[in-house]
Amino acid sequence: MIEATGLTKRYGDKLAVDDLSFSVRPGQVTGFLGPNGAGKSTTMRMILGLDAPTSGTVTVNGKPFSAVDHPMREVGALLDAKAIHGGRSAYNHLLCLAQTNDLPARRVGEVLEMVGLTEVARKRSKGFSLGMGQRLGIAAALLGDPRVLMFDEPVNGLDPEGILWIRNLMKALAAGGRTVFVSSHLMSEMEHTADHLLVIGRGRLIADCTVAEFIERNSEQQVKVRSPHADKLAELVSAAGGRVTADGGTLHVANLPLERVGDLAFDNGIRLHELTSVQASLEEAFMELTKDSVEYHAAVPAAQRAESGAEQKAEA
Amino acid sequence: MTTLTAVGLPPAKGRAGFPGALRSEWTKIRSVRSTTYTLLATAIVTIGISTLFAWGQSGHLGQGDLPNFDPVRNSMFGIVFGQLVIVVIGAMTLSGEYTTGMIRTSLSAMPRRGVVFGAKLTVFTLVALVTGLFCSFTSFFIGQTFFNDVTLQDFGPVKPGSPDLPVPSAPVHVHLSTTLGAPHVLQAVIGGGLYLAVSSLLAFGLAALLRHTAGAITAAIALLFVTFIMTQFLPHDWAVHVDKWIPFLAGSQIWGTHKLGGDAVPMLSAWAGFAVFTGYAAIAIIGGAALFRKRDA
Repeated sequence: MIEATGLTKRYGDKLAVDDLSFSVRPGQVTGFLGPNGAGKSTTMRMILGLDAPTSGTVTVNGKPFSAVDHPMREVGALLDAKAIHGGRSAYNHLLCLAQTNDLPARRVGEVLEMVGLTEVARKRSKGFSLGMGQRLGIAAALLGDPRVLMFDEPVNGLDPEGILWIRNLMKALAAGGRTVFVSSHLMSEMEHTADHLLVIGRGRLIADCTVAEFIERNSEQQVKVRSPHADKLAELVSAAGGRVTADGGTLHVANLPLERVGDLAFDNGIRLHELTSVQASLEEAFMELTKDSVEYHAAVPAAQRAESGAEQKAEA
Repeated sequence: MTTLTAVGLPPAKGRAGFPGALRSEWTKIRSVRSTTYTLLATAIVTIGISTLFAWGQSGHLGQGDLPNFDPVRNSMFGIVFGQLVIVVIGAMTLSGEYTTGMIRTSLSAMPRRGVVFGAKLTVFTLVALVTGLFCSFTSFFIGQTFFNDVTLQDFGPVKPGSPDLPVPSAPVHVHLSTTLGAPHVLQAVIGGGLYLAVSSLLAFGLAALLRHTAGAITAAIALLFVTFIMTQFLPHDWAVHVDKWIPFLAGSQIWGTHKLGGDAVPMLSAWAGFAVFTGYAAIAIIGGAALFRKRDA
């Protein structure tokens, strides 16, 4: 169980994490979702006490992390697989971590076996591939058989086999009653692993719900309708129970089937220029939700846009 | 799917603290090659230069050098250069955690930062002391074998007003070596090891302040070496006030039986000087420790 209350982190005049309150419960995988720069890593660093919050508190199983008797038995974290001394062998890296928490040396062999690094245990980790480095980081997180596990973007740069392995591992850990908190900037990744979602953008909590709720709420069937009499149609649709978002002459109608919208227009003699069904994907829903909270927008120069448009036309 | 049951994990008891952190830091320092290389380099530079210097001295001394000849300091001259190497280990032991990012993993395993810093400092101090003492004692013993039989390169008396070149007198052999049992010798030889160890601790503290290997090494060398060189350019009326406080001159009084710096400028006594030198290192370490505990990792 991780509990944050009013967690805030300010770097100079930049607010990285803004008044976050949430709890991450045991027995499920909680996805921590947000665009790059949304404050996910900063939040995780504050949970571990690596960064001090500007204000607010965060506890792990009821205590601040630094007050825990055996920190590695409480929380295992993989924040950055490259945060190791590359000159040290995998075995010695894990051994020096295990010793800080009075964990027996034989546990090192056990976690190396679990992540499949036994054969390279005596090799220096600077020669490890990305996937091996990630496995070593996970081995370190598992050393204390902790009740809470945190992974920051664990599948970044992994091959499909590695991704599958991590997904299954997280599910198995949660199934064993542990608290699993995993961040990602990819909604698609969360669809496959998470049971619960915390969505943040620009340091603020945008959504705190189950994945099922998130899908239901954010990827519903919509009807797009264009009409010169959009105002009048909007009133009628609303009266019939539809949720309307208007954008000039275009309406997006949720909660009302396409046929019903068409019938309403026909019955009232409203001219339609377009009537289409729109299915928002989960990825789109997430983009939509976090659109205003993306830290760095990629600007596409106008000339380049015109060019690529021209190319497409030429190809057509 | 891999099994997740922890077979090798006995139930927790007590609270993870300093003893475990000490074992961890010992594993850390012995498990990277740079430790071995830099320790070897310190020994080679210190003992090698000491040997060369002692050998050279044993063939270049004259009658006039004898009253002030310090067989201990002259056998450990390599310390002057060895300190420039041992500061590298001091700086890297701490800054290596930051430059590799290991600090975040270390502090995620043991978030009580005072414990981590204290354990690292303790382990490093022991390593530095053993290295320093090995260098000083080895240099001392090698040097004494040279000083055991010194051929004085003295020139005969020059007749006043004579245009003739002086005629070399017959070679004179003297016995200049000393033993650990002689007054102040043991203190001075141990002092050589202490001086090297404290030099590297100064670098350790600077690394905690700066979190940057090259920066810490540069700062340490500036404090140990450059300040000393600059005293050579000070006017005398400044030097009498400043020189004794210069880290190298204060700290080096302990590793000889004669004062370093001559009689023209006042110097601190062996232990007072060493205390001042240790004080500089302590300031860096205490400041570094405070920042280590407070700063975001």
